Amino acid sequence: MIRLSNVQKTYAARRGSDEHIALRGINLDIAAGEIVGVIGRSGAGKSTLIRCINLLETPTSGTVTVDGTNVTTLSKRDLPLFRRQLGMVFQHFNLLSSRTVFDNIALPLELAGATKADIAKAVDPLLPLVGLEEKRDRYPAELSGGQKQRVGIARALSSNPKVLLCDEVTSALDPETTRQILTLLKDINKRLGLTMVVITHEMAVVKALCDRVAVMDGGVIVEEGAVEGIFADPKHATTQSLLADEFMDFRAGSDANNPANNTGAATTATAGQEG
Amino acid sequence: MFSTLAPILLQATWETIYMVAVSLSIATLFGLPLGVLLATSGRGELFEALWFQRVFGPLVNATRSVPFIILAVAIIPFTRFVVGTSIGTSAAIVPLTVAAIPFIARIIEGAMREVDGGLIEAAQAMGARPVQVVTKVLLPEALPGIIHGLTLTAVTLIGYSAMVGAVGAGGLGDLGIRYGYQRFRPDVMAAVVITLIVVVQAVQSFGDYLARKADKRNI
Repeated sequence: MIRLSNVQKTYAARRGSDEHIALRGINLDIAAGEIVGVIGRSGAGKSTLIRCINLLETPTSGTVTVDGTNVTTLSKRDLPLFRRQLGMVFQHFNLLSSRTVFDNIALPLELAGATKADIAKAVDPLLPLVGLEEKRDRYPAELSGGQKQRVGIARALSSNPKVLLCDEVTSALDPETTRQILTLLKDINKRLGLTMVVITHEMAVVKALCDRVAVMDGGVIVEEGAVEGIFADPKHATTQSLLADEFMDFRAGSDANNPANNTGAATTATAGQEG
Repeated sequence: MFSTLAPILLQATWETIYMVAVSLSIATLFGLPLGVLLATSGRGELFEALWFQRVFGPLVNATRSVPFIILAVAIIPFTRFVVGTSIGTSAAIVPLTVAAIPFIARIIEGAMREVDGGLIEAAQAMGARPVQVVTKVLLPEALPGIIHGLTLTAVTLIGYSAMVGAVGAGGLGDLGIRYGYQRFRPDVMAAVVITLIVVVQAVQSFGDYLARKADKRNI
């Protein structure tokens, strides 16, 4: 469905900053219907990578192929048409404060020139899917973080895309809301068969959501494989340290909530449930 | 005494409102696209055009640095060319408009630059064309700021319109100078000042009301 071949991205030197190489030859294949996670620390290049898929960033070299089309050569005129086939969800939601929930979800369709009737036909079924029937005519300022992200997801789905790009979609949310959003995404993947690319810095997100994962560091993919394999046998130091973080977070969390239960057995048991 | 003052005061108030309303409307017509282009033609922006920044940036700054009274006198030939005369209320609209265009352009540029860059990115990811980013995202999101800015412009223009009395424009300022100051009529001066305060207050309150209605960020 999506193929990145030897994708490089270099930011030219500017006054006050040296040349910066964000991606150093990325090769990644994503099959239709698959959920692929891209994990790494800040500055690893994962946000640049996801933006190269919908050409918010233009690769310096290499090719990006989506659904059989080399999209790196698309003209400025064709680019918006291509982007309508992909939905994108953001860390900070990026909702329009001046539009209601309904109108935010309707925006991609409006941009594509859909009629009012078609917009209503597409948006109305999405509201129950993301659990926001009650909030139809509310403004983003009246919603919680989790509700805002549900609007973000519904908006990304409204143009009926083949691919959903998720950029740190749970990083601004609390753990409980994170769980709900991840469940929703998983459910959407099953129901609609969407291909998803999920950028995150949290292993827990990968574990809960992804089929496959690519670990990035310094602009390269250092390790890639099925999620169970990576978790069972992390080979690269970056992967190991990301997994260690997860364990530390988890320990810290369980310490705070339940100091008495902080034994190895208890941690494993809860970790199992979470997965 | 009041009966003789009332008609001229009313006439002068009407002239001021007329001058300000017409010049604000025409200036918005030119200032809006200028402001939009100033906000979107920088490096890496929607309509990248660095020459536009280099030409219009300094031009806008230059117009804004000229004291209004000097601008009004300096462009008299232009005023005469546009309206056929340099004296009267309609003639005063020309310098008021010329002064307001760069003011409005900067205000609109500022309000648009306040819009979160993430929204532009989101719109582009949805397949918005550059013009759609402006019409569907930037302008609606910047609307409360734009309304505040236009209110500020209107109040500033009311002040400027008093100065164009110097080029024979009529209006409240002119009335204050000719009757109140030159003919030693403190009662006329007081009436003019109070009327100006009331007009400015009304304009500001109306602008605030509209901006509040447009602003959905704090509900």
